[in-house]
Amino acid sequence: MTGGCTLFDKLWDDHVVCQPEGQPALLYIDLHLVHEVTSPQAFDGLRAAGRRVRQPLRTVATVDHNVPTTDRRLPITDQIAARQMETLRRNCREFGIPFFDIGSAEQGIVHVIGPELGLTQPGMTVVCGDSHTSTHGAFGALAFGIGTSEVEHVLATQCLPQRKPRSMQVFVDGRLPKGVTAKDLALAIIGKIGTDGATGHVIEYAGPAVRALSMEGRMTLCNMSIEAGARAGMVAPDETTFAYIHGRRFAPKEPAWQEATRYWRSLASDSDAQFDRTVEIDASALPPYVTWGTSPGMVVPVTGAVPDPKWFAQETDRQAYTRALEYMALRPGTKIEDIAVDRVFIGSCTNSRIEDLREAAEVVRGHRVARTVQAMVVPGSQAVKHQAEKEGLHEIFREAGFAWREPGCSMCLGMNPDVLQPGERCASTSNRNFEGRQGRGGRTHLVSPRMAAAAAVAGHFTDVRKWNYEEVRDAAVSRA
Amino acid sequence: MQPFRVHEGTGAPLDRPNVDTDQIIPKQFLKRIERTGFGEFLFYDWRRTGSGELDPQFVLNQARYAGASILVAGRNFGCGSSREHAAWALADFGFRAILAPSFADIFANNCAKNGLLVVELPEETIAGITLRAREIAGYRLTVDLEQRSVDDGHGLRAEFAIDEFRRYCLLEGLDDIGLTLRCADQITSYEDRRGRERPFQGPPFC
Ligand code: SF4
Repeated sequence: MTGGCTLFDKLWDDHVVCQPEGQPALLYIDLHLVHEVTSPQAFDGLRAAGRRVRQPLRTVATVDHNVPTTDRRLPITDQIAARQMETLRRNCREFGIPFFDIGSAEQGIVHVIGPELGLTQPGMTVVCGDSHTSTHGAFGALAFGIGTSEVEHVLATQCLPQRKPRSMQVFVDGRLPKGVTAKDLALAIIGKIGTDGATGHVIEYAGPAVRALSMEGRMTLCNMSIEAGARAGMVAPDETTFAYIHGRRFAPKEPAWQEATRYWRSLASDSDAQFDRTVEIDASALPPYVTWGTSPGMVVPVTGAVPDPKWFAQETDRQAYTRALEYMALRPGTKIEDIAVDRVFIGSCTNSRIEDLREAAEVVRGHRVARTVQAMVVPGSQAVKHQAEKEGLHEIFREAGFAWREPGCSMCLGMNPDVLQPGERCASTSNRNFEGRQGRGGRTHLVSPRMAAAAAVAGHFTDVRKWNYEEVRDAAVSRA
Repeated sequence: MQPFRVHEGTGAPLDRPNVDTDQIIPKQFLKRIERTGFGEFLFYDWRRTGSGELDPQFVLNQARYAGASILVAGRNFGCGSSREHAAWALADFGFRAILAPSFADIFANNCAKNGLLVVELPEETIAGITLRAREIAGYRLTVDLEQRSVDDGHGLRAEFAIDEFRRYCLLEGLDDIGLTLRCADQITSYEDRRGRERPFQGPPFC
C-alpha cells in the first residue's frame, strides 16, 4: 500500500490476532454488548457444544428491545417478552456476564449505555448483535453489528474471523446551520449515496462540520451509517471525545488516564492516507430533512415535495417508489409541510440522548401538542431520564402534552406495546422507515428531534429553522 | 451446519430492491428464544392480509412456486436489522440459495452461518432469470457451489465469484467456532501482549 494509514487501517491492524493461511483475519473484540433479542440462541449454542464464555468481563448485557416503557413497578403483561428477558437474566448468571436488569439505574438502549458508562472508548473493537452498533464508532472505535451465530462466536472466542472491508471517507465541509442537526446530515448523506452506497465499506466522517459536532451528534451520525449499508462508521477522537469520557464510571482513572489519552491522540488517519472512496458534502447548505417513503434513502428537504416516480430512470426504482407512495398514502407533488401527522416519537438509539431531548424541549417550551397528535418521549437510558428530570425537561414535555416514558427501544421497532395503528402517520426520530417497522400499516417519517417536536406542536411537518425558540444549551451540564 | 454442494430447485422471483430484514421476518416473531420454526412467519406481512389470510397475489403463495428453494431477489437484499432470524426463516421455509445483484453485509454473513448460499450476479443476469421464472412453467435452477455456477437448463448459465473461505465452510458444513478455537494459544498471547502494552484497555469489569 502506498501512502499513510487510515484510522480504520490502524484499528484493524491493532486487533489482528492472527491470519491463518487461506482464512480471514482473526480480529480481537474488546467489548461485546448483548441484549435479549439476538442472544438466547447464541447461549443455547454454547451449552450444546459445552463451551464457556472466554471473557465474560468484556461482555455486558441489558434489556432494551422488549421492555415496556410504562411504570416499571407493574408486571410485564407480554409473557413471551418476559420469558425472553428472563432467559437473558439466567444466561448472564450462568456464564458470569455483568447484566443491567430492567430495574437497574444503568438500564437503557445498549448503544446509549455503552458510551454513557464510559465502556466505549477510542481504539477499541466493539460488537453487538445489533446493526446500530456503528454508533460506538463516534469515539474512534471500530464498532459493527453482527448476527446471532457471530454473537456465539465472540462469546466463545472473544474473536471474529473477518475479511477487511474497504474504506470510505465522508468529508463534511462548512458548518451546520442553526436548526439543522447531525440527523439531517446523516439523512443527507444517505439521500446522496443511497441505502447501499457504503455496502462493504467502513466510513470515516471527517471535516470541520464533523469536528464541530458534540459526541451526541457524532453518535447520531455514526448510528445511521448502517442505513447507508456501511459495515461501520467512525470519527477520529479529539478533545471533545476525551471531555465526554473523562470521569465516567468505566473510563480510565489517573494515572492511566494520561497514558490512555496519549494513545488515543495517535488514533487519526495520516494526512496522506488513501481511502478507497471519498464523498464530499457541504454542511452549510443543508436544510432539515424528512423521509417520505419506506427506505431511509427516500428523503427530501422539509421545503420540498413528495417526488414523482416518473423521475427515476430504472424500472425497478419506479416500481419501488410507486409502491412506497402507495404504502405511505402520499401523492407526488404534495408539499412536505402539508403532511399532517398523528403520532410523534422522540427516542431510539439515534436520538434519545440528553442533547436530543434538550433540543426537542427548546422547540416545545411554551407550546402545546396539537389536538390531533399523540406524542411521546422515550429517553434512551435511566441516566438520560434522570438528567432530563434534573433539568426539568420532563415538565416541559408533560406540560405540552407529551407522554414521558421509561427507557427502551420502544416505538423504534414496536416489539413492546408502543406501536402505530394501521394507517397512522408518525414523525419519528428513529432510524428506519421500513414498512410496518413501527407497527403493521404504520407510516413512518424520519426527522431530527427538533423537527419532530415542531411537528408535534404544528400537527404537520414544518421548517424548524423558522421556529421561534431560544437555545438553552449548556454543554457543561452534559453528564448523562 | 448442512453442507452446500450442488442444489437444484424451483426459482421464485421477488423483484423488489432493498428488501429489508423487517419484511423477511417482522419484529413480533423475534421474541421466540428458539432457532427453529421461523419459516411460517417468513415475509409475514406480505404473505398475509391484515386479517391473517394468505394473500394469493404474493409470489410465495402462488401454486407454481410451491416448494421453491431458490429465491431470485433484488438489489441490496437483506438490508437493515442484523436479526439472524431472517436467515433462519428463509432456511426453515425451505430456501437453500438466494440470487441477487447485491446483499447487505450482515445478512450475507448470517446466511453463510446457516448453510444458505447467497449468490451475487449482475443486474442483467438477475433480470433475465426473473423473467424466465415468471414465464417458464416449472422453472428450475441448478446452483453449483463446486463449479461456482448457476444453470437453468434452458440455455442460461452464469458463473459467480465467492469468498474462498466462505465457499470452503459451506462445502464442508463447517463450524467456524471450532476453527477459531484452534488459534486459542495465539488469542492468549495476544491478550497477554495487549495487557502489558496498554493495561488501560483491560476488561472493564473486574
Ligand atoms: S432503538 Fe431501535 S434501532 Fe436502536 S437498538 Fe433499539 S430497536 Fe435497534
